[in-house]
Amino acid sequence: MNNNNPSKQTRSRRDRPGQTRRTVIQGALAGGLAGLAGVVPLRRARAAADASKWPKDAFSQKKEADAIKALYGKTPEASDKVSLDAPEIAENGAVVPISVSTTLPDVTSIAIIVSENPFPLAASYPIPAGTAPMVANRLKMAKTSKVTALVESGGKVFSASKEVKVTVGGCGG
Amino acid sequence: MASTIRVRAVASGDTTEVQALVQHPMDSGFVKDAKGQLIPPHYIEVMEFQHGGKTVFTAFWGPAVAKDPYIKFSFKGAHKGDDLTISWVDNKGQSDSLVGKIL
Amino acid sequence: MRRAVMLGLAMLALAAPYALAAESQAADAVNPQADFKAFRKYFTERFPKVPLNDFVNGPYSMDAGLRKQWEEIDAFPPYQFAVDKGKEMFATPFADGKTYADCFPDKGIGIRQNYPYFDGKSGEVITLDVALNQCREANGEKPLDYSKDDMAALTAYMAFTSRGKPFDIKIPDDPRALAAYQKGEEYFYTRRGQLNLSCASCHVQNPGGHLRTEVLAPALGIVAALPIYRSEWGGMGTTSRRLTSCNSQVRATPLKPEDEQYRDLEYYLSYMSNGLPISGPGARP
Repeated sequence: MNNNNPSKQTRSRRDRPGQTRRTVIQGALAGGLAGLAGVVPLRRARAAADASKWPKDAFSQKKEADAIKALYGKTPEASDKVSLDAPEIAENGAVVPISVSTTLPDVTSIAIIVSENPFPLAASYPIPAGTAPMVANRLKMAKTSKVTALVESGGKVFSASKEVKVTVGGCGG
Repeated sequence: MASTIRVRAVASGDTTEVQALVQHPMDSGFVKDAKGQLIPPHYIEVMEFQHGGKTVFTAFWGPAVAKDPYIKFSFKGAHKGDDLTISWVDNKGQSDSLVGKIL
Repeated sequence: MRRAVMLGLAMLALAAPYALAAESQAADAVNPQADFKAFRKYFTERFPKVPLNDFVNGPYSMDAGLRKQWEEIDAFPPYQFAVDKGKEMFATPFADGKTYADCFPDKGIGIRQNYPYFDGKSGEVITLDVALNQCREANGEKPLDYSKDDMAALTAYMAFTSRGKPFDIKIPDDPRALAAYQKGEEYFYTRRGQLNLSCASCHVQNPGGHLRTEVLAPALGIVAALPIYRSEWGGMGTTSRRLTSCNSQVRATPLKPEDEQYRDLEYYLSYMSNGLPISGPGARP
C-alpha cells in the first residue's frame, strides 16, 4: 500500500457510469508535500483522514488471537456489560448489520472480530472522551462465524460473542 | 459532482447522533470478476469525524466492512447548526471529505 | 410433516386462482377483476397476520429475523446513491433542451404507480423503463440499457417520488389489453427451465419458504419495491435485471430485457397489486 506516493494518478478508478467524482488528495496532507503539480485541490475540509494511523498490523493478522494481540496486547475477558447486536441468521453475508454498545466505564476503544473471515479484524473504533461507547456498522461475513465485540475499558479488554449463521457468503461465495 | 458521503447528524440536547453512508466499493480482494480475475482490494481504511477542531470519532476499517459502508455513533458537546467535518482515505490513497450541518 | 401439509394446502390453493381464471376464460372472457379478488383472498387468508400493505415488503413480511436486518439497513439505505443520481439525471436537460419532465404527466413526479399501462396506439404494454427510453429517443438521445445502473437510478428516483402511493393499473376495455394481461398471467403460472419451476411455484406456492438460501417473497405486491438494491449484487437492479435473473435461477433461458412477454408479466403482477403502496426503491438480500 503506497499511500504517500506523490506520483500516483489522481483519477478515481471506479468504472461505474455517472460515478461521483472523488477528490484525491494524494500526498497533500497538511503541509510538507505541498506544491505537487496536478493534484486536485481539497474541496473543503482542512484536515483529511490520516491514513498513517491505520492499524495495519492488526488488520493483517489471519488469526483472531493475533489480531487481538496486535490491537490491544491484552487478553479479553467475557463481560455481560458488552452488548453485541447481530442477527442469528444473516440475510446476506455481504451486508450484516452489527452494533455494539456497553455500560462499561471509560471506554477507549471498540473493535469487532469475525473469526472465520480471512482477516478476523473487521473494524476498530477508538472512542475519544465525549463520544458514546456505541457503534453500528455493516460488515461482510465469509461464512457462518463467531462474531466478537471487544471493548477496551479502563485499560482492560472485555468481550461478548455471538454466532451468526451465514448462508450466502459476503466474499463472493 | 456529488460527494461520496451522505450524513444525517441530529442534535438532541447535548447529544448528537451521527449516521453516515459512503459510496465506496469496499472491494475485499477476495471476489473475482466476470473473467475470473480477482478484483484487487479497494477499501476505506480511515474515516474521521471532526467537530470544533476535535476528532469525535474515527473508524478504522478493513476489507470486511460492507460495500457502501454505514456508520452510526453519537457524541456530546455539539449543537444544532454546528459543522461536522467528515473525511475518509482508502488503501489506494483516494479520499473524499464533506462538511455537514448538525440538525 | 407440517411443511408437507403446508405445501399440500399450497398446491390446492395454487390451483384456486388459476382455476378461477380458467373458468372465466372458458366463459370466453378474461376476468381480471375476478382474478384480482381470488389472488388477494389467497394471500390474505394464507397470511392472516400480515397487514395488507406489508406484502410489498416481500421476504420481510414473512420473516421477523430478516425484517430486523432490513429495517436497520433501510434506515439509511444503500440505494440512496441511486436515488440521488436519478434525481440529477432526471433534472438534466437533453441535448435538445427538454427534460424527462416534459414527457410525463405531473412532470414525472409521483407517477410510478401508474405503470405499466396499455398503449392503445402501439397495442403494447408500456412499462416505466420503456416510457423513459421512449422519452429519450423522442428527444434525440440514445436509449439506456434496461439492465444497467443509469436506468436503475432513474427508476429508483421515480419510485421514490411515488413512495406510499397505491398501484393504479388500468386494463382498458380493449381485447388487446386483456390479451396482454392474460399472457402475463399465463407466463406467471407456466413452468420453465431445467428446474421446471414457474414464478408461482415459488411466489404463490411457497412464500416465506426457503429456496436454498433465500426467503421467498409473496407474489402479492412483489413489483412494488422495484428497482431494488440487492446485497447480493452489491448494487441496484432494474425490473429487467430481476426478471432475467429469476429466469436464470430456474435455468431457463432469459428473455431480452423488456421483452413483450416480460412487460405483459409486469402488467399482470402490477394489476394484482392494485391498491398496494409503492415501496421502492427497495433493499433486498
